[in-house]
Amino acid sequence: MKHTLSVLVKNRPGVLARVSGLFSRRGYNIDSLSVGLTHNPDISRMTIVVAGDDHVVEQVVKQLNKLIDVIKILDIREDESVNRELALIKVEVDSGTRSEIMQIAAIFRARIVDVGARTLVIEVTGDSHKIDAMEQLLKRFGIKEMVRAGKVSILRGTKGIE
Amino acid sequence: MIKKPKMTGAEAVIECLYKENIEVIFGYPGGAVLPLYDELYDSNIKHILVRHEQCAAHAADGYARATGRTGVCIATSGPGATNLVTGIANAYMDSVPLVAFTGQVPTSMIGNDAFQEVNITGITLPITKHNYLVKDARTLPMTLKEAFHIASTGRPGPVLIDLPKDIQTEKIGFEYPQKVKLDSYRPTYGGHPLQIKRAAESIMRAEQPIIYAGGGVVISGAHNELRTLTELILAPVVTTLMGKGTFPETHPLSLGMLGMHGAKYANYAMTESDLIIAIGARFDDRVTGKVGSFAPNAKVIHIDIDPAEISKNIEVSIPIVGDAKAILKELIKVLRQKRESKWNEKIKAWKKEFPLQYGRSDKEIKPQYVIEQICKLYGDAIITTEVGQNQMWAAQYFKSTEPRRFISSGGLGTMGYGFPAAIGAKVGCPDKLVFDIAGDGSFQMTSQELATAISNDIPVKVAILNNGFLGMVRQWQELFYDKRYSATRLDANPDFVKLAEAYGTLGIEVTRPGRVKSAIEEAVNSDKPVVIDFKVAPEENVFPMVPAGAAINEIIG
Ligand SMILES: Cc1ncc(C[n+]2csc(CCOP(=O)(O)OP(=O)(O)O)c2C)c(N)n1
Ligand SMILES: [Mg+2]
Repeated sequence: MKHTLSVLVKNRPGVLARVSGLFSRRGYNIDSLSVGLTHNPDISRMTIVVAGDDHVVEQVVKQLNKLIDVIKILDIREDESVNRELALIKVEVDSGTRSEIMQIAAIFRARIVDVGARTLVIEVTGDSHKIDAMEQLLKRFGIKEMVRAGKVSILRGTKGIE
Repeated sequence: MIKKPKMTGAEAVIECLYKENIEVIFGYPGGAVLPLYDELYDSNIKHILVRHEQCAAHAADGYARATGRTGVCIATSGPGATNLVTGIANAYMDSVPLVAFTGQVPTSMIGNDAFQEVNITGITLPITKHNYLVKDARTLPMTLKEAFHIASTGRPGPVLIDLPKDIQTEKIGFEYPQKVKLDSYRPTYGGHPLQIKRAAESIMRAEQPIIYAGGGVVISGAHNELRTLTELILAPVVTTLMGKGTFPETHPLSLGMLGMHGAKYANYAMTESDLIIAIGARFDDRVTGKVGSFAPNAKVIHIDIDPAEISKNIEVSIPIVGDAKAILKELIKVLRQKRESKWNEKIKAWKKEFPLQYGRSDKEIKPQYVIEQICKLYGDAIITTEVGQNQMWAAQYFKSTEPRRFISSGGLGTMGYGFPAAIGAKVGCPDKLVFDIAGDGSFQMTSQELATAISNDIPVKVAILNNGFLGMVRQWQELFYDKRYSATRLDANPDFVKLAEAYGTLGIEVTRPGRVKSAIEEAVNSDKPVVIDFKVAPEENVFPMVPAGAAINEIIG
């Protein structure tokens, strides 16, 4: 079972090491992690995807809560939230494949953000299934490079973490 | 507006220590803490120079455990800081309030692999409750205020403050904050009333309840409430190593320590209980044995200030998060007096049938006998222990009656802890007699602190149970590795009497059981630190014992 944790932390040096260090020390695996400032520059928000049964995740949350720089943690459920990932995919192209690749990008509402002589860079946003599907489709053209950003999540409606 | 007095960072640190009422610190100087040591030179804070930084941390830890106050230690950057690491980890595992200061290379040089630079905040991340690298001298007062607050509140623990040299010399305007502003750190103290009510109902209904008390009872100062609770519900009490002394072991309802080397009756009672009232204890593997067979019929009430301990190892049905003393006070109010039951009868029978015992001898000195004698003669002494057989015999045969009088490295099991901890305890409680019950192996890990004890006039007594072995490891080799004594024979032990004498103090060698009592008295009557070298039966084992991986009622010996 995958859980998505939204963690509000003090924006202090070393806070990322404290949080990620806790995962490795207690033997929990991080699937993905993203960090950035919130609208309050003193506070950062991390979105951490962790695999584990409910007992494991409950332990993770309790241990995280003990860190002095951690302000609040939310275990975000998929159906109550908006979730996004972003990937940049560099595919090989030639005159024979260019238009097909561009069509695929259009269907996925992905954007071509760089055009080279033999490559295209495609930016795709969505949930992880969408990005997986896109990757699958582009494979046969030859993916030269790919980079995925960690998932970010926010609760729908008025519910939230403030 | 009142002008804030100007002072250097080092002066500010000392000023903060005054504000925190710190009277003594244990430390060792070096280049990166020179400014701080210069300020200490004519301060009113007593500095005790140890002979190895590990012992500065252990002594501060022993001081903290004996007094309930926060211990303070200090070391220079690099090797000084890394030498503190074992002591900090030890304090972390046993939830001891400690503030450790380390020197650091100047801020401009951090990250350059400068001389004696280590990333000590990185190294101690997993073994501190929190730590700080001070990069702006103006934050010093708030940093110290927070550090002492964090170390001593909630579930206590060590906090480290890394002080670059330039921060110590920079001038700042000083003002000590009245309060901390830590919106992300607010421990829960009062227990949830509904949970307390549910717990009370379970207790009244239970037929075979047992109280399981740990170090949290010591920290919270809940021993009187624990006694009231026990006498109200007439449940037997088992304690962990850390919980020794929270309930008088001379009391008829006491079953002493449970677990790997607990009494058989303690483990049987735990296994057959139908309700465990766990108070400030964390179901450590030394206590539970095989988790799947641990107290199979019991419901668990767990009182603990750390929510992360609830259902960590054992499923809890009634968690009550908060301070043990506050919670027990409330719990007692809603309980009614229970009567003795069949359960009490059963336990009395177990106690009779399976007493804690050893083979006595009038030819060889049995280590258990030494401890019995110390207990009989000086039962109100503070006992510290080393690690190994000596520790387990001390736990079994020294009957503790008060909290903060039995001090031992529980979670980390650090050989060499007992002697510096004894020094710290004696500094904190100068009117108390302090005994370190030691092993010959362990004592050699920190025996250099004899110099500290002598030069600072700290007359602690060391009782070495000298078996010529790393006894506890040898015991496992005897029982589970075919007596193949790989690297456990201590064949080049020093003459401990001469060692004591070399430091300028008294050593006593004891080779006959008949001399045990008088040697202990002689040591106590001396106003110096004394080392007693008890030549004990070399291959004596600690029994009973639960073999690794077995259930606690499958206890042998
Ligand atoms: C620093 C450290 N190193 C190693 C160990 C492993 N260990 C546990 S008990 C023990 C033997 C201790 O020997 P001694 O101090 O003579 O005590 P005895 O068991 O003989 O009473 C050892 C090596 C430890 N606990 N701590
Ligand atoms: Mg030994």
